Amino acid sequence: MWNYIKLAVLGIAVILFGLAANYGRDFAYQVHALIFMAAAAMTFIYTLRVAGDVKPAPTGYLDGVVRAGVIATAIWGVVGFLAGTFIAFQLAFPQLNFEFLQGHGNFGRLRPLHTSAVIFAFGGNALIASSFYVVQRTSASRLWGGNLGWFVFWGYNLFIVLAASGYVLGVTQSKEYAEPEWYIDLWLTIVWVAYLMAFMGTIFTRKEKHIYVANWFYLSFIVTIAMLHIVNNLAIPVSILGSRSVMVMSGVQDAMTQWWYGHNAVGFFLTAGFLGMMYYFVPKQAERPVFSYKLSIIHFWALIFIYIWAGPHHLHYTALPDWASTLGMVFSVILWMPSWGGMINGLMTLSGAWDKLRTDPVIRMMVISVGFYGMSTFEGPMMSIRAVNSLSHYTDWTIGHVHSGALGWNGMITFGALYYLVPALWNRQRLYSLGLVSWHFWLATIGIVLYAASMWVTGIMEGLMWREVDSQGFLVNAFADTVAAKHPMYVVRATGGVLYLTGALIMCYNLYMTVRRAPVKADESALAPAE
Amino acid sequence: MDYHILREFADSWVLLAMFVFFVAAVVWAFRPGSRKQHRDTADVIFRHEDKPAEEEART
Repeated sequence: MWNYIKLAVLGIAVILFGLAANYGRDFAYQVHALIFMAAAAMTFIYTLRVAGDVKPAPTGYLDGVVRAGVIATAIWGVVGFLAGTFIAFQLAFPQLNFEFLQGHGNFGRLRPLHTSAVIFAFGGNALIASSFYVVQRTSASRLWGGNLGWFVFWGYNLFIVLAASGYVLGVTQSKEYAEPEWYIDLWLTIVWVAYLMAFMGTIFTRKEKHIYVANWFYLSFIVTIAMLHIVNNLAIPVSILGSRSVMVMSGVQDAMTQWWYGHNAVGFFLTAGFLGMMYYFVPKQAERPVFSYKLSIIHFWALIFIYIWAGPHHLHYTALPDWASTLGMVFSVILWMPSWGGMINGLMTLSGAWDKLRTDPVIRMMVISVGFYGMSTFEGPMMSIRAVNSLSHYTDWTIGHVHSGALGWNGMITFGALYYLVPALWNRQRLYSLGLVSWHFWLATIGIVLYAASMWVTGIMEGLMWREVDSQGFLVNAFADTVAAKHPMYVVRATGGVLYLTGALIMCYNLYMTVRRAPVKADESALAPAE
Repeated sequence: MDYHILREFADSWVLLAMFVFFVAAVVWAFRPGSRKQHRDTADVIFRHEDKPAEEEART
């Protein structure tokens, strides 16, 4: 019966999306309607083919969706790093904004493609896959909702494809990190509610008495992102058959909402969610429990109570009232404490096992990730102070800060988690090659150092050049002077990107060979039925 | 319910409520007897590695 309902709904969806593609008012909307139609049609055919099958009752953990998520994470990671490296070269050598790609492949179109690919495609898939893995193990029960996890995976990746193709075609509501237009936002809302249900359902049916701390962090990430996404995307479409919409809020309210969203996307997507990863994979790889469980509880509550207020530091010296920007600054500085509490907790988990740093490049990767977390959560509060911000804002220092956090903290902890997950999920004794992990580690680390160092130099330089005045009070430098002065550092930055990308490619090869060549783990779990 | 009333409410009672909640959460973490429970919870990640609790009980 359920299958008939599904088939009916999907069939109607195919027809409606076909109509939308026919009557759509702009080209991008028509393309997206066709993508939606293709997705609905493929799901229809799949549902039809398996409709009569007699399926044995599922046993074990639902790991297929985690495997798919791991593959998606690795592939999207390479796509995102490649896009980032290319646009870094575009900034250094503007000729790379090719004439024949104007309007599609120039920096302005590819930049959101890069940020969304690394944050939402790479980071998002890593978060969804690892959260499904962790919540099942720490709840000792199978993922709730049958195949709901699969819907989340495919639905989320459909969202990514829509967002990415939209950027190239010019569909944007001009909100940083929230560029997708209204119908893509609605689709993500549906997927996110399903994600919340699958995650919460598993926690509700858990067999362990207590909810492990990693799940608290994952849950705060899911819930807060839902809230941020809905409030920041409040918009009224111009037409139900077009891709344009008008934001409900305007002016300073809109700006404040945008940075309340933007900074908490950092706080809850890139911090809380990845801390969930840290609290599971670091202890697992070190083979010892977390340093202090009490500290992890205080870390959690302090982080979520403080982070939510930090957004206004993006709007110093704007139309935002002074009290609001002071509030954001003060909370940003306080935030330093829980951040470092978490860093200490992650690092000290290795106390008594420091020798592993010498022998295990995977744990080395996780430790440097936590180190970068500590470094960027010190730099961030410092940059949020109004006086520092007057120098750093709008300069490349901000971009350097973001990348020491994203490449260092988010990237490295994800690589560590992937190196842990692939042998575990494909039932392999070990990774194909630890030597290649070391290569990845050093390439990525040197890449980040090149990136961050060049951005500090060029950021502070351009900040100082912008404010330099002569004895008469006239500005000394034209904007183009700063652009010319930055060129060497831009080349260094792009080189760092090449190293980081190379490391990721080595990782993909290593993970692929782990699945293909590494010896199978021979224990009783090998006798368990395959997924 | 205009902006000013909300503002007044937010920076008095709501602020107090959040602060009290936070302090209570920290105090609760340090309550007597929590050490044993925390040690047990920290070890959750080393149990049920391969299959759910129900199936482990069966085998």
